[in-house]
Amino acid sequence: MGKVKCECGHVNPRGTILCESCGRALTEEAKKENLVDMRYEGSARRSQTYNKTIIDKVWNFFSSVKVGIWIIVLILVAASFGTILPQEFYIPSNIPAETYYEDVYGTFGKFYYMIGFHDLYNSVWFIALIAALGVSLVIASLDRVIPLYRALKTQRVDRHESFMKKQRLFAEQKASLQASDLEKVREELKKKRYKIREENGALLAEKNRFTRWGPYVNHVGLIIFLFGAMLRSVQGMYIDELLWIREGETLQIPGTDGEYYVKNDGFTLENYKQGEDLEVFNEAIDRVGTVAKNYQTDAILYRDENNDLPGAEPELTEVLHDDIQVNQPMKFESFAVYQTSYRQDEMKAMHFALTNKETGEEFGEVVVDLFNQQETYDLGNGYKVELLGYYPDFDGFTKEGEPTSRSPLPNKPAFLFNMISPEKPDGEVSFVEIQNTMEPLGETMYKMKFKNLETRDVSALTIRKDLTLPILGIGGIIFMIGVIQGSYWNHRRIWIREKDGHIYIAGHTNKNWHGLKREIHAVLDGTAIPEPEDRQKD
Amino acid sequence: MSELAGISSALLYAAFILYLVGTFLFGGSIRQKGLRDGDQLNRWGKLAITVTIIGFIAQLGYFITRWAAAGHAPVSNLFEFTTFFGMMVIGAFILIFFIYKTAVLGLFALPIAIIIIAYASMFPREISPLIPALQSDWLHIHVTTAAAGQGILAISFIAGIIYLVKNIDQSISTKKTKWLEAVMFLIVSVVGFILITTGFALSDYKAEFEYVNKEDAAAVQEFNVPALVGPNEGVLITDGKMNPIVEMPAFINAKKLNTVLWSLGAGVILYVLIRLITRKRVAALLQPLVRNVSSDLLDEISYRSVLIGFPVFTLGALIFAMIWAQIAWTRFWGWDPKEVWALITFLFYAAFLHLRLSKGWHGERSAWLAVIGFGIIMFNLVAVNLVIAGLHSYA
Repeated sequence: MGKVKCECGHVNPRGTILCESCGRALTEEAKKENLVDMRYEGSARRSQTYNKTIIDKVWNFFSSVKVGIWIIVLILVAASFGTILPQEFYIPSNIPAETYYEDVYGTFGKFYYMIGFHDLYNSVWFIALIAALGVSLVIASLDRVIPLYRALKTQRVDRHESFMKKQRLFAEQKASLQASDLEKVREELKKKRYKIREENGALLAEKNRFTRWGPYVNHVGLIIFLFGAMLRSVQGMYIDELLWIREGETLQIPGTDGEYYVKNDGFTLENYKQGEDLEVFNEAIDRVGTVAKNYQTDAILYRDENNDLPGAEPELTEVLHDDIQVNQPMKFESFAVYQTSYRQDEMKAMHFALTNKETGEEFGEVVVDLFNQQETYDLGNGYKVELLGYYPDFDGFTKEGEPTSRSPLPNKPAFLFNMISPEKPDGEVSFVEIQNTMEPLGETMYKMKFKNLETRDVSALTIRKDLTLPILGIGGIIFMIGVIQGSYWNHRRIWIREKDGHIYIAGHTNKNWHGLKREIHAVLDGTAIPEPEDRQKD
Repeated sequence: MSELAGISSALLYAAFILYLVGTFLFGGSIRQKGLRDGDQLNRWGKLAITVTIIGFIAQLGYFITRWAAAGHAPVSNLFEFTTFFGMMVIGAFILIFFIYKTAVLGLFALPIAIIIIAYASMFPREISPLIPALQSDWLHIHVTTAAAGQGILAISFIAGIIYLVKNIDQSISTKKTKWLEAVMFLIVSVVGFILITTGFALSDYKAEFEYVNKEDAAAVQEFNVPALVGPNEGVLITDGKMNPIVEMPAFINAKKLNTVLWSLGAGVILYVLIRLITRKRVAALLQPLVRNVSSDLLDEISYRSVLIGFPVFTLGALIFAMIWAQIAWTRFWGWDPKEVWALITFLFYAAFLHLRLSKGWHGERSAWLAVIGFGIIMFNLVAVNLVIAGLHSYA
């Protein structure tokens, strides 16, 4: 239905502009052109042929390169807006975005937050633009690649002279082809790796046709990449967790359904030191102060063998010992554990001595573990300390005089002790915070003298699983292959034909016309065949 | 400074001088048109490209010796990266020169590379140790490939600007001549920046300010050029230095803005001087130099450079970047400003190629696009590192 039959006998699909076989112009417009439009070889593209139904209209919209370019430009401009101020995920996490942007950047910041640019890349409209790009990639590629493939496959060697005459590089001469000239041309073309076909006294030399598929191959790669990125939102494909772990702690690894545990066997922060490291670094270290050399968590990975038994105590077996450093994550199954952040010298325990204020005599030491406190600390001989209250992040007193704590983290610990001694069997109350002691119920005989502070480092590990990576990798590789395939070669064709006592010669390349001209010049050098002229010169 | 590091600096200096000499030699060879196969370069042209190649080898020597001295590839801070970028511009020029043998390209490419290298040396030049995030072989792989891609794309800009200088009618004032002058002014301003920074560095200008930073904390900032604009609630603590005229809010880095203002100021003075002395637009001054080259050839060089550079850039600045980001930062993509601007560069050149292939944007329009593309690359190099804070702010 709706086929177009050319004078040469070839039956073309409806909408064909130049006969796939002989190259004759099939439309009135194409017949009038001085130079034929060789993009897509004048093949029948669906978007140029049908425009009736809704599907046709959607197809035609997305198949247009103009629309594609607009989508690219819109994404480009939109993406740039997101870099004017830092995105929400880069601002300090302890300040709400609502106030942060206005506080730091004033009215502009408030406006930026209001229109949602603080989280631009996750906005519906930005994702819609990316989706539109994906659709455009699929449709625009399909619309072109299939007819182009047909046209290049069915092309004949002896193109019609009207086709040759309308090529950008063309020459015509009243003469006949000499066999010796033809032989020389053939040889030169072979040297330049052309594939030569000859039929009915016509010659077609062609090379690097595969480069024409480059754009479509790279589009396929991009589509796979976008598809992979989309899969991230599918349950189980992607895990991103942060684990703060103190030195000595063993914690369940989030995201592994309780199967794996990790122990922090020590955190190390190393800086570059003058004298120890290369001498050439001295100047830089002098200028900047300190330069970090290494962040490292010595980690031990365990598996819980009882994970499948509901209610059973975990039974941990060691799987792996690894030093996690930046750039060297620990890997197991499809998980990777990264060194992301740290906090140094978190308070762990405080040592106090029960001391007689007057004599200075000490009656034993109390060690308060800030994460695991005892109610009483018995020091023997009638000496005892009761911990009446513990305020890990002391924040002052309420109106009623109750001490309060801002958070459960031991940032600024304070204690309410009851000190029992043979002299004061009911005890004396003392409120102790760092560098300050209060005696809320009257002066005391004893005090809790601060002796020592135990600290440890806390390491932040990121636990990441991303099953989309292989898909993204394949997409990326295909994309690169396609881009290289399309960029580093040129599809060149040279037609030579004798007809009715005339020599016709024409050349076409998809790009780099200077290269083709130079090649033709070298091929025809020393023959009687006329050198084609460029008819699209500036 | 170790002996190797000393040799390294000397080699970079030598390369710089050789590029300067190369520029003048290319100036002498431009009477010759683009060559076809079998034609010979004239004597000036041969000498010019030889000197350029020797300069490139010297700079390569700088790169290798500095690598040996530091134990890592010298691409880890703004000075090292920008210098390497300048070297890649020269490398890309040599490559393209051997395809198209166009001397006038060298007359423009070499000065651009010289300005880039001079700009680089305005930043701290000492060899710095690598912070944990940079300790990876991907540093060499990602950064060098990205810079190579940008270097090749820069040649597209250079061919484009020559095209515009040649083809824009300078006999009347139009929108086009104005835009072209804007590009020339920006280049002159970079020279202004180099002159101002060097001048005040030679006079050892230092003015310290106590101020309140973005986090509401007290901080100290040292200005190396007189402060036209001062930091938030800044108090000058060095005696006898200039007090700022205007104070900036906390979220603006007054020191950097101040440098920008000085550079633009110096740029205006230089530019106006050129205009007053010559009574011509800068582009009109350059026009006679490019008269002999074929526009068609320039268009092709510009396009070809994009074709060669685009895949290299994509590989280095996006694909290798993503692989390394996955290893070092736990995620292959995080919308960091530098990442976003690399993506914008990629999208821009993708649009460029589509406009050219499908919409037939050749010649002048294509040349303007090449200029804008390079503008985006420079924005990513200069503004994103210095103005927009992000993970890539290593300078």
